[in-house]
Amino acid sequence: MNIPKNLGPEKVAKKPAPRPAQSLRLKNTLVGWSFVSLASLLIGIFYFYPMVQALILSFQSGSGVNLSFVGFENYVRLFQDPVFLTTVKNTVIYLIIQVPVMILLALFLSVVLNNKTLKWKGFFRTAIFLPCVTSLVAYSVVFKYLFAPDGIVNMMLLKINLVAEPIQWLTDPFWAKITIILAITWRWTGYNMIFYLSALQNVDRSIYEAAKIDGASAIQQFFKITIPMLKPIILFTSITSTIGTLQLFDEVMNITAGGPGNATMTISQYIYNLSFKYTPDFGYAATVSYGIVFLIVIFSIIQFKAAGDKK
Amino acid sequence: MKLPNKVIGYLFLSICAIISIFPFYWMVVSMTNTSADVTRGKLLPGGHFIENFKNLLQTVDLVPALTNSALIAVGTTILSLLIASLAGYGFEIYRSRAKDVVFNVLLLSMMIPFAALMVPLFRMFGSITPVLPFIGIDTLSAVVLPTITTAFLIFFFRQSTKMFPKEILEAGRIDGLKEIGIFFRIYVPTMKTTYAAAAIITFMASWNNYLWPLVVLQSPEKQTIPLLISNLGSSYSPDYGMIMMAIVIATLPTAIIFFFMQKHFVAGMMGSVK
Repeated sequence: MNIPKNLGPEKVAKKPAPRPAQSLRLKNTLVGWSFVSLASLLIGIFYFYPMVQALILSFQSGSGVNLSFVGFENYVRLFQDPVFLTTVKNTVIYLIIQVPVMILLALFLSVVLNNKTLKWKGFFRTAIFLPCVTSLVAYSVVFKYLFAPDGIVNMMLLKINLVAEPIQWLTDPFWAKITIILAITWRWTGYNMIFYLSALQNVDRSIYEAAKIDGASAIQQFFKITIPMLKPIILFTSITSTIGTLQLFDEVMNITAGGPGNATMTISQYIYNLSFKYTPDFGYAATVSYGIVFLIVIFSIIQFKAAGDKK
Repeated sequence: MKLPNKVIGYLFLSICAIISIFPFYWMVVSMTNTSADVTRGKLLPGGHFIENFKNLLQTVDLVPALTNSALIAVGTTILSLLIASLAGYGFEIYRSRAKDVVFNVLLLSMMIPFAALMVPLFRMFGSITPVLPFIGIDTLSAVVLPTITTAFLIFFFRQSTKMFPKEILEAGRIDGLKEIGIFFRIYVPTMKTTYAAAAIITFMASWNNYLWPLVVLQSPEKQTIPLLISNLGSSYSPDYGMIMMAIVIATLPTAIIFFFMQKHFVAGMMGSVK
């Protein structure tokens, strides 16, 4: 990014010139491997080795350190476990409502902000991006208080007569999910918007001019030009958002603690509870964690397929 | 036809901007008000800033938590940058088919959710605690270790290295520099902005990390800022003014980084899609 433009990637991406001496080549190979070895080793130790451990654990059961092999028992239990099924349902609800709403909202915002004649562009952009500077725990606690029964949100809704009595944002199973969705949307819309804004800057404006001359409305331009042009970046952000939402933990833990009942609990939180809150059952917790891995793989494949098919 | 569209645009942006800013306004204002005022819905600054600050210092171990968080975040950032930039440079400059395979395998780790790693990692650290107590459970090192290598950061450095002029490396070799010397004397100083962007994302992620510290840290004097905030937030009779003070203090470092280094901040975020 700090390299002069004339030395672009196409000029430097060529392979280094072949070297005459064989020994030098071997030496370079060794040097090359030593550069990448530490990082590869650490990722092996802290990502892949634990995943193998989790796989082995998922065939064991028992509390704490007293584990014994139980075969597929945990996997059978998984599909009969009402709490697990609830957490999967909750997580998928967050996912299929929150991710599309947020991405559409971020797209609209970026299109409006991309207007050349717009005033106070910098202010709007910074303001909408600002939620990204907060830590997940900090904003969750703020949202918990904002949405309390006697909190500011209810106070305002009552004042403008939008509701007759305070909404139970945190203690009603339906509204608690809405609160979580609103919170995540607040935190991440600006983040996604920045990606779209920078992608839009690379879209040739003359395409829009031509569409305008052909009589395309703003809505048509949005769906027929903007979305197709931004498809790769929309795919990227939807996959990162999906992975993020499937791992949802901090918000739910700090806004509703999974309640009321298990109405907002996510899979990550269930794994945490199984391992560190209830009587620890590491074996079953590991089985549940493979549930998330499975969902991440499935949803990523679906999104890649959906993006590919439209071509 | 043109005017209404524009008005709708401004209206839409204004509503979104107000919603985005309001929680910040509310927490800053509430930090100067009494708990009762906050509950009453007071939206104007009050005169209880100092009182709330004193209460906070008396109620929680704010300074130790800030110190722990700072040590963890700075340590993580330095180590992450070193490890990831060495690897990103290595994968790009000494490119080979075998290394590309390794690189793609490393990228797979981005799909692994932390919740799946938490239990095996906890057991790993549990089993080394008797042997190596200084990196075992309930140590700051145990917080740092699993988070210092991310495939994302390696990918980020590799992408940035693609733009690096390799002629300079040849010049370094002719001058008799060793390969590692070329990396530290030529590559690192040239890639300052890449390092700045990477440092910002790593520092933020570490400063705000919640789940792993929650699992691995146990004694109160080891707690980090997110753990402290979370504990305050779950208290039964919350002192809102004081809690908002704590939240503002926790948000301040990342907010300062954002306002003073906005360009690097965005560059770091976008690094993955270049």
